Amino acid sequence: MAETAIPLVAERAAAAGPAVTRITPPGTWLDLNLAEAWAHRELLYFFVWRDIKVRYKQTAIGAGWAVLQPVLTMAVFTLFFGRLARIPSDGMPYPVFFLAAILPWTYFANALAGATSAVVENQRIITKVYFPRVLLPAAPAVSGLVDFGIGLVLLAGLMAFYGIAPGPGALLLPVFLLLAVLTALGAGLWLAALNAVYRDVRYAIPFLIQLWMLASPVAYPSTLVPEQWRWLYGLNPMAGVIEGFRWSLTGQGQPPGALLAVSGMAVLLMLLGGLAYFQRMESTVADVV
Amino acid sequence: MNQTAIRMEGLGKRYRIGERERYLALRDVLARTLSAPLRWMNGAKGKYGAKGNRHARTEEYFWSLQDVSLEIGEGETVGIIGRNGAGKTTLLKILARVTRPTAGHAEVRGRIGSLLEVGTGFHPELTGRENIFLNGAILGMRRREIAARFDEMVEFSGVERFLDTPLKHYSSGMQLRLAFSVAAHLEPEVLLVDEVLAVGDAQFQKKCLGKMKDEAAAGRTGVVVSHQLNQVRRLCERVVWLDGGRVRMSGPTAAVVSAYESAMLEDSAGQPARANERARFLGWKVRGDGSAPSCEVNTLEAQELQFSVQVFAAAQQVNLGIALRAADGELAWAWEARELAFERGRHELRFRFPMLPLRPGVYSWMIGLWDAQSCLDLWYAAPAMVVSLPNHQHPLEEWNGLVNVPCEFSVARHS
Repeated sequence: MAETAIPLVAERAAAAGPAVTRITPPGTWLDLNLAEAWAHRELLYFFVWRDIKVRYKQTAIGAGWAVLQPVLTMAVFTLFFGRLARIPSDGMPYPVFFLAAILPWTYFANALAGATSAVVENQRIITKVYFPRVLLPAAPAVSGLVDFGIGLVLLAGLMAFYGIAPGPGALLLPVFLLLAVLTALGAGLWLAALNAVYRDVRYAIPFLIQLWMLASPVAYPSTLVPEQWRWLYGLNPMAGVIEGFRWSLTGQGQPPGALLAVSGMAVLLMLLGGLAYFQRMESTVADVV
Repeated sequence: MNQTAIRMEGLGKRYRIGERERYLALRDVLARTLSAPLRWMNGAKGKYGAKGNRHARTEEYFWSLQDVSLEIGEGETVGIIGRNGAGKTTLLKILARVTRPTAGHAEVRGRIGSLLEVGTGFHPELTGRENIFLNGAILGMRRREIAARFDEMVEFSGVERFLDTPLKHYSSGMQLRLAFSVAAHLEPEVLLVDEVLAVGDAQFQKKCLGKMKDEAAAGRTGVVVSHQLNQVRRLCERVVWLDGGRVRMSGPTAAVVSAYESAMLEDSAGQPARANERARFLGWKVRGDGSAPSCEVNTLEAQELQFSVQVFAAAQQVNLGIALRAADGELAWAWEARELAFERGRHELRFRFPMLPLRPGVYSWMIGLWDAQSCLDLWYAAPAMVVSLPNHQHPLEEWNGLVNVPCEFSVARHS
């Protein structure tokens, strides 16, 4: 019985033949082809690999930058915000408080900056070869995780120094990490698409990141915001991400609550909106870039 | 089973030109939007019409492709020829999915490999080895495919010694060879090639053409855009001539290419004399005894070769030079005539040969007129001459020379 079944299956597979691609003008409705993007996932790996390799080639310190940047920032902020301005730090030492937040923040900021210029920088390959363009802003969101990983090691060292052990919330770290990635991706898609069409967007990026950081609980805790406005504060997707990170990494700080819920919704909306807008831009990108 | 590999129906591509700036700035869009009510109130009119006012703006459109419907079967290699701006690259870009059509649709069966440029994605900081992987991945190969063909690619390119040096230290020739060797090992069902075979030194071009012919023999479908008609003749069975975005002619290579060449010639022949032009060759044809004039030699009969030349200013003591070259540039024959005199007007230069026993292939005539002062005109004749005689030489191609002359053979015993 089995012998007759197997050739039949093989026949059917052979009859299906090679994949047929249909090439049509851009439609008016949404055309999310995530299956195709997934099929090209190896290319994403190559873009990430390329970005990381190129970043560290011919540099003096190489991966050391991933440590130096957060350490120096932490030192400066600890001095001015922690000591001099005496900003409250949720009951933990300010350096830990700050570092646990600056790590996901730096990841987000770098992913954002990378995504904005992703499409324009790769203009040569976009106009010559087809691949799902969504991989381009996705690459910085993935390559940033490497620096983040290095920073985590640094944080572990710092926490050991202060004798702080992570609580049970540490198990939720992958969830918060995923949330951070989705936020970076969502914002990145918007900016990548906008920059491909309106070239002056990238000049606004450093400014945008600065403002966004001040609006996020990086240097100060979210408890600084009065209770009744905290939900509004949560519309900033990074607010929930950062507080969540801090809580899960250090076991102290604000446990997930309404803030995280609102932030989570904001992330989802931003991501879906970003995918839609990027999709619309994608069909004409090779003509305008 | 010969299926259709590519089917195109009514493909069209429209670009917006004119008022649209190349790069938009968000600030301009915002400014325009914010000032719209002001402009409306002022009833904007003037030199540029209501610039920015949606209703009165006249945008110009340019159709770079219009109503292109073609079918390409599996295993066929089709050439696309045409002037610059005829829409050849646009068509290829649509098939490669780099840009989307404005009208019509197409279906492609199989994996699409697009060679619109060599070295797509090459990064100067990465080494040759790393760039092979990167380029291969961008072109659509899986990592294990690249790894499997890695050695072949390196060998084809000849840059083995420099594999671990950053690409920025490579010469442009080496970069090209590396890029092409990666692309040549792409094994898609459908391969789209845009003029990339035009680059590189002659020896490497030969290698690349050979590889492409192997691919074609293996049953892959190819679409080749090229200005080099010789290459098109060698690679393609069918040729499509695009003119102004439309299909002007589609059919067997020889017919379409000759028609194209003749048309190109007519364009230049009809023009009035330019400033220092003293003479202009208009055309040529060859005629075997008992045949009609054409650009083909297919009998061993006596052949009469005829060149038309328009002389704009009378000249004395003119020397003529004529040469015949084979496809690879090898000189087959040359001759000169001295101390000719030409009056103003059109002349026919006739050359009569008892026969032209040449190896079958494509040949190019070169003819020129000089006098003591300068060259009157030097012409690399087009279209090329096709010799399609049967082979009278050794059956093995490597033992075939240019002189394809038959011989009568007999053995006599010496007593």
